[in-house]
Parts: sequence; C-alpha cells; structure tokens
Amino acid sequence: MQDVLIIGGGPAGLAAALSAKEAGIDRLLILERDVELGGILNQCIHNGFGLHTFQEELTGPEYAARYVQKVKEAGIPYMLQTIVIDISGQDNGEKLVTAMNREKGLFTVSAKAVILAMGCRERPRGALNIPGFRPAGIYSAGTAQRFVNMEGRMPGKEVVILGSGDIGLIMARRMTLEGAAVKAVAELMPYSGGLKRNIAQCLDDFGIPLKLSHTVVDISGKERVTGVTLAQVDENRRPIPGTEEYIPCDTLLLSCGLIPENELSTGLGVELNPATSGPVVNESLETSVPGVFACGNVLHVHDLVDYVSEEAAAAGAFAAAYVQDKSLQEPKERREIKLAAKNGVRYTVPSSVRPDLMEEDQLVRFRVGDVFKDVYVTVYFDGVPVISQKKRVMAPGEMEQLRLKKEKIQEFPELGRITFTIEKENKVTAGTQKRAERGMA
Amino acid sequence: MICINCPLGCMLTVSRGEDGTVSVTGNTCPRGEAYGRTELTDPRRTVTSTVRVKGRKDCAVSVKTASPIPKGKIMECMKALKETEANPPVAVGDVVLENVAGTGVAVVATRNVG
Amino acid sequence: MSRKIYDVIVIGAGVSGCAAARELAREQRRIAVLERESDVCEGTSKANSGIVHAGYDAEPGTLKARLNIEGNRIMEELSRELDFPFKRNGSFVITFEESGKDKLQELYERGRANGVPDMELLTGEEAVKREPELSGEVKAALYAPTAGIVCPFGLNIALAENAAVNGVDFYLNTEVTAISREEDGFLVTAGEEEFQASVIVNAAGVYADRLHHMVSREKLRITPRRGEYCLFDKSAGGLVKSTIFQLPSARGKGILVTPTVHGNLLAGPTAEDISDKEGVNTTSEGLEKVLKIGAQSVRDLPVRQVITSFAGLRAHEDSGDFVIKEAADAPGFFDVAGIASPGLTSAPAIGVYVAKLVQERFPASAKEHFNSVRKGIPNIAEASMKEREELIRQNPAYANVICRCELVTEGEILDAIHRPLGATTLDGIKRRTRAGLGRCQAGFCSPRIAQILARECGWDLSKITKAGGESVLLTGYNKEGV
Repeated sequence: MQDVLIIGGGPAGLAAALSAKEAGIDRLLILERDVELGGILNQCIHNGFGLHTFQEELTGPEYAARYVQKVKEAGIPYMLQTIVIDISGQDNGEKLVTAMNREKGLFTVSAKAVILAMGCRERPRGALNIPGFRPAGIYSAGTAQRFVNMEGRMPGKEVVILGSGDIGLIMARRMTLEGAAVKAVAELMPYSGGLKRNIAQCLDDFGIPLKLSHTVVDISGKERVTGVTLAQVDENRRPIPGTEEYIPCDTLLLSCGLIPENELSTGLGVELNPATSGPVVNESLETSVPGVFACGNVLHVHDLVDYVSEEAAAAGAFAAAYVQDKSLQEPKERREIKLAAKNGVRYTVPSSVRPDLMEEDQLVRFRVGDVFKDVYVTVYFDGVPVISQKKRVMAPGEMEQLRLKKEKIQEFPELGRITFTIEKENKVTAGTQKRAERGMA
Repeated sequence: MICINCPLGCMLTVSRGEDGTVSVTGNTCPRGEAYGRTELTDPRRTVTSTVRVKGRKDCAVSVKTASPIPKGKIMECMKALKETEANPPVAVGDVVLENVAGTGVAVVATRNVG
Repeated sequence: MSRKIYDVIVIGAGVSGCAAARELAREQRRIAVLERESDVCEGTSKANSGIVHAGYDAEPGTLKARLNIEGNRIMEELSRELDFPFKRNGSFVITFEESGKDKLQELYERGRANGVPDMELLTGEEAVKREPELSGEVKAALYAPTAGIVCPFGLNIALAENAAVNGVDFYLNTEVTAISREEDGFLVTAGEEEFQASVIVNAAGVYADRLHHMVSREKLRITPRRGEYCLFDKSAGGLVKSTIFQLPSARGKGILVTPTVHGNLLAGPTAEDISDKEGVNTTSEGLEKVLKIGAQSVRDLPVRQVITSFAGLRAHEDSGDFVIKEAADAPGFFDVAGIASPGLTSAPAIGVYVAKLVQERFPASAKEHFNSVRKGIPNIAEASMKEREELIRQNPAYANVICRCELVTEGEILDAIHRPLGATTLDGIKRRTRAGLGRCQAGFCSPRIAQILARECGWDLSKITKAGGESVLLTGYNKEGV
C-alpha cells in the first residue's frame, strides 16, 4: 500500500516524487520501465536544459542526474525495468496498479494517489501515410538519437529529415557532427515546429537547408533506403505536381510530432483532451478520475524540460495534499470554471479551475495553432475581456503561459467560463485595463 | 541573428559602429547582448558528442566542451574526439580530453558510466 | 560443390509452399524448402487481408471454389493443432444501391452452389442492427457467418515450423536461379548450391511463371496485382466485429474493412496490375483510395489512427483460377501458381491437394511418427494473469517488456529466436511476436531487439537487418565519417 505511486521515472516522475516527498509523503514509489531513471533525457545529450531550474546550461543526462541524485538522497524508492500493465479504480477510492518485472514477476500495488508521468512517443511513418517502399533506414528521430548517443552507432550516412520538430533539428546537428551528410530538413507546414534557436544552431550553423512547405512523397529502396522524393505542398498541404525532387540518401529520419502515451490512462477511464491527447485536468493537475494526477509529456507535449519539472513538482504537491487532506478525497460539489481555447489557441492546461482550491496565482499553459505576429493573447471571463497580453511572435512549436489571479476570478461570482483567444487588437478597454493588469503576471 | 541562449530565440540586430564599437538591439536580457557581441567578434558553441568507453562494446559516454569553443574549431574538436576513449568508470564532470583542438577548453563527461 | 539430394523440393516458403511441405512430410520423403528471402512468409503471404473467406466469390466448379470451402472448413481445427490465431467473425457484403440486391442474390446462389453454409440475405436495417457502425446507406447485405480472420504470419510460420519439426529442411537466402531436367528428376541451382529431386513443387508466388518456364512450355502468366492497405491502432479495432466487403460497383470494389485477429482494424486492398514483381511500394493514390472507399462502408473510419500502411502483390494467373497441377511436359514438376485470393484461406487445403497429387504420382509410405501438433510462442499480452504468473515463474524474461505497445516480453523474443526456423531479423521477430507492430511502429523497441538478437546470435550489431540482405539497421560507428 502506497500513498503516492508515480508511474514513470523520467523528469516528470522524478520531480513529482521529490515534491510529494517534500510535502511529507513517505510511502511513495516510482515505477520505471527502463533500465535507469531519467527517461528520455538520458539520450538527449545536447545542451540547453536547466536554465530555469538550475540557472545554468546542462545537457540532458546532467539534468537527469541532478534529479536522480536528489531522489536517491531523499531515499525515495523506485523499481526499474518495471512495466505497469494496468491501473484500475477500487470501491474505496484507492487505485490498484498491476505491474511486472523480472525480480517480482507479476504484482500489484495499491495507492491512494497515482501520478501519471509516462511521457510520450513519436509519431511513426504510418501515421503520416508516406507512400513508397518500406526498407530499413527509416527511423523516428528519437530512435536514431538512441543509436548515436547511447550506443555510439550511426543509423545512416546520408540523411534526409522530415519534420522540423526539435528532435529533428537536434538530430540534424548530431548526425552532421558525427560524420553524416544531412541533405535537407523538410517541413510540411510553412513554419518550423521547433524552437528558433535550434534552427539557428542546428541547421544554419551547418548550412543544412530547411525546406518549409515540403513533404516526402515517395521512399525508394527495397532493402535499405536509396533515396526519397520531396515535393512542395500547397496551402492545403497537398503535394504540388511538378515540384518533385529526388534526393539520394540512405536514411530518412522522422520528427513529425509526439503523442502522449495514455493507453494506461484510458484503460482507467481517464478522460482525454483531443487537442493534447493528454488527460483533461483541473487546477490541481488531477484527471477526471479523482486521485489520479498527470504531469509532463503524458499531459501535454512540452518543449522545455524545465517546465516539465515545474509542472510535475506541482502535481506531486497536489497528490500529497490529496492524500493528506481527507476532505479532498470525498466527493464534494465544488464550483468549477471551465477554461476554453478558441480562436487560434489550441488548448489550455488546466482545462478547468476550482476557485476553492486554486492558488493565488494560477499558471495556465497553452499552445497556439498557427504562427501569429503582433497579436494579443486575450482572456475573456464569460464575455468580458479581462486580460490582453501583447505578443510579438507566437508559434505552435512554443508553449506559452499566463497566470490567472484568484482574486480576479473572485470578482466574478457568476463566472462560468474563461476563454483564451488570440486577437488582433487589445480588447481590454481603457476602463478595464487597470483591473486586467492586476490579473496578469 | 537569432539568439541561441534560451528558447525565446530573440531576433538580435548586431552592428559595428565606425569606431569599432558593437551595439546589440532586440535582446531581452543581458545574456542576449553578450551573445550578439561574441557572435559578431568570436562566435562560439558548446559541442556535445560521445566518446567510446574503453573495453565496452556498443557503449558511448556523452561528453561536452566544458565551455563554448570557437565555432571554426567544431569539426577539429570532433576529430580529436574520434581518437579519444574514456576509461571506465566515468562520472559526470570527469575530464576525458584536455585542451581540445588547442582551444584551452576541456571535454568533460556528462553521464556516469559504471 | 556436392549436390544435395532430396525427394521433393518445394520452391517458396510462403503459406502455400509451407502447407504443401507439411502435408508431404506425412509420408517418408526427404523434403527441402528453398526460399530466396531470409525468412519464411516474406512475399505475398505476409501482406494480405488475413481473411478466411466463406467461399461465395469463386465460380462453382473452379479450384478456387473447392479449395476455399475446404480451407475454410479445416482452418479452425488446424488453428488448434498448430496454435495460431484464428477467429470466425462472419462477413458482410454490403450494397448501397437497390440494384445491388440482384448481385447479392447472385452471390448467395453462388455460395449455395459452392457449399457455403448458413448465409443470409439481409435488408440494410437488419445489417445495421447486427453491425451498428455500418454505414446507414447500406441498402442490403449478404451475411456469411463462416467467414473468419486469421494471422497470416501465424498460419505461415506455424506450418513451416511444424514441417521443420517433421524433418523438412529449410534453405533460406537461397534463390533458385536455374532448373534443368535430368534423367531421374531435376537439378535445381541456387547460386552456388545445387539440389536434386524427382519432384518439384513450384510455390514461388509472383515468380511461379518464371520458374515454370525453366522446365515447361505450357503457358503460365502471373501478373502481380498490387493491393495497398492501411492498418489502424488497436483502439479502433472494435469498430466492427465482422469483415465488411462492398459489392463491386462504380464506387469501388474489393476494399474491405475488418478487424484483425490481433484486434487492429484493417482497410484495403486496392487492386492494381503492375509489371514489377517487387513493386510492394504504396502510393499516395492507393492509400487515399483505401481510406476513401473504406470510409463509405462504416460510419466513422478513424483515419487519424492509421499506424502503418503496406502493399502486397497477389499472384494473378491469366486463367483467373489457381493453377495446381503437374506440368504435362515436365513430369514431376508441380505448379502451385496463381494463388491469389482466396489463397490464404485455401492454403491448408492446397497443402492437402498438392500432397495428394504428388502421392498419386510418386507414392511414398506413411511416416510412423508424424507430429501434427505445434505449440506457438506464449502471448503475454493475451494471456490471463494466471498464465502470465506461471510463465514468469518458468522464466523471468517473460516479465521483461521490450515492446511496450504490444506488450511483448524478452521471453517471447528469445523464443522467437530459438525456435525451429527461428527469427534472425527484426521483421522475423515482429511476425512471430508482434514486437514492433504496435502504435509506435518499433521506434522504441527496435534498438533493444537488435541488441537481443545480436547477443543471442553472437553477431555484431552491424549484422542485424530488418529483413535480411542489405537491410542493415546501422551503417557504422560515430565519427567514422569525420
């Protein structure tokens, strides 16, 4: 019997466990499926992690190592090479987790609270429906990253990358440094899905062309890839005939998006948000199943591990509070205000806030669905625009955040819905401007 | 140029005045200004890579330059790492190569290998 | 080079060749199966619908009709004997037009003539009542409860393994380059190797015509008919229970929507005659068509849940029927050619039929100890908790999950490698265990499986391939090109 059980020992699980422990939870356990703690960070050997958390620039394994160190110092128990195969609810509100590993075989653990921290997986070729042959040499960028960074082995010599997500950009540089020729990075959208600095330091530094509005329309090679055909796409993302260009290569890397791994969550009956493929959560990062919390990439795909750690620490604290405060475990009608995403905003996390339980300063993370320039992130309380924040540039590849003040919400006792939108102009009129500013970070 | 210091990716404008002074605009923090200045006069990058671990098959230990090295030295750095092997056990921070490519910068491990 | 002497040489380790080899092994014969690929089940047998057809399609009196009915009839028992996944899930042929009712009636009559049991003609409403996700536009349907679904890999591999256990020698990576007639049989050349046998069973799929013409002047022409498919995530697998066919019409033909025996959803195939016998590439037009026509059959085809797409070649012979007979001008040379749909369904019956033809002409006495039973690899994902506990007690490797998506353990992968005709490639492991067939499509598990394969086979990682030949996973070490 555990108070808090954490599924996943990556950055989210580690930070969640530490914060639950700090909040006074002693009966807790991390279940990790890989051979070591740290998750995908262990293969992200590039630098750029930790500027927020540690005020210095670390590589992925270094960032992971710091958290692993803390977890060990805190004496938090964990099991490695342990896969959770089922989570189910029980009549008394506890969760029963079924897992297995070599040492213990098949076993169950019951817990008062469960923190979902399983991370995400890469979108495979099939999901993109790229036509052509199916030879060896087609890898998701993360698979290639593992070969190169963990095993010191090259998955190819001449590379084309489809998708300009961060892993794709990072791998363009890694493959180049390790002696491969990266011939192009093709991106279906008219903008990159990755961070601007990664385009600068991973592509521009090495003269690797970024072909926006391009996709792979054919893969050649019966045993191993011998080339791919790129084509330009129109505004509906359809290939434009006549623009095909054949590029000889032995490798195609795919960096076309990440999908939160929620098979366990759905098995338990956790409601998912179609926009994120992650659980719908309230201000406490609690899913639709009471006592089950979510954080990190299983909740929504992040671009910065620092934010994962921050979010997970919050989830750990909320899970601890749930265990310690009996009133939170009892079903109770509380006022709940839905957060809606509209007009360019794809989603918000959380999806709702309960004023009773929210913090003074509620962090809301969100992403936009398109590239926007010189716009205002506008927050409506029902129909009333109350926050308007100017943004020079917004892009789907970069997570945004904004804080809601509890006292502000309390000024609207009948408030039913808080809507996040993108507007061309400042909707908050001069009269309400001052009030709105109080609601902003 | 795009500042690579942090995910914000500020668009910097860096110019050199007639008197040789460099001015940076578009940055949102002091690190951006410093980056813009260096990028014009002495562009540098932190290089991350792997080196083989002596006696271990299919095992690489991740490494980085302890501080940024001149951009023009990156491939020379990689050549030096090609010839480098780490002696296990390796701990985060262990120097695996001193003064890489004559830059005066050491290459250190970023991962523990027991 | 010394010749290897056999009584029978089967060319092609697809489902027909392996079924024939297994049946022939019931008698005292020295049998070899020659396969050009690195594994069994590498051609047409690995890329098809996995359907066990009821048997109303083929013209009465054809071999297709006869062997379809017979194959369907014996599949269930065989699935128990050889431990491969099979399920009788029933099939609908639906029409969206009033005029289609006549054609359904025709199919019904044909099915009756072929001996298909228990078919029903339904109104659109009745059909939707039984299969609620069927398109509301269905006007009428033919229901055949005896149709089923099978794992094509499972069937093929089970037949091969059981043949091997009963003494059949398999030569993989062995491509037949020439066949010549000799005084008492045939000389088969495969690169550097030579084989001799009095009987040849030509089960070479789309290449059967080429091999046939090495010894016979009889006309035989195989056209590769490409079929493209989309496979959907298991979360979509419950959309329909039965296999849904459309009546051939202006809206398309032949594209079905079906659950697979492992719980995915499958849509396809297209039907395009091509000249390239290796043309297993998908096309954007083909995949688009599969999704478009598939979407007409059911209410909400979850197009966003496609996890992979693939194409297979059906070996279509000009006659339109299976060609299973001894070549008149080449005694001892038995063609098993033109095994297009319903080839998978018919395979068990094809094996029996071929063995009978051979036995009539080249009799051999029965084997005393033919072992017809084969136990498959345990399936942790589908095992009960109790079975899992028992397996893990036997070997803790059954608790070490390697493929997360399909819940495949190290224990199962070790089994796949160390069985008779064990896997030597990633695809081989995939087809035996489903590792890498899930929603992440091997992104996570392929480096891990490559490690296990290298360790177990004593190979360097650089030798590990996806499917033999040049399909290596890795091209060298870091910095070699620096």
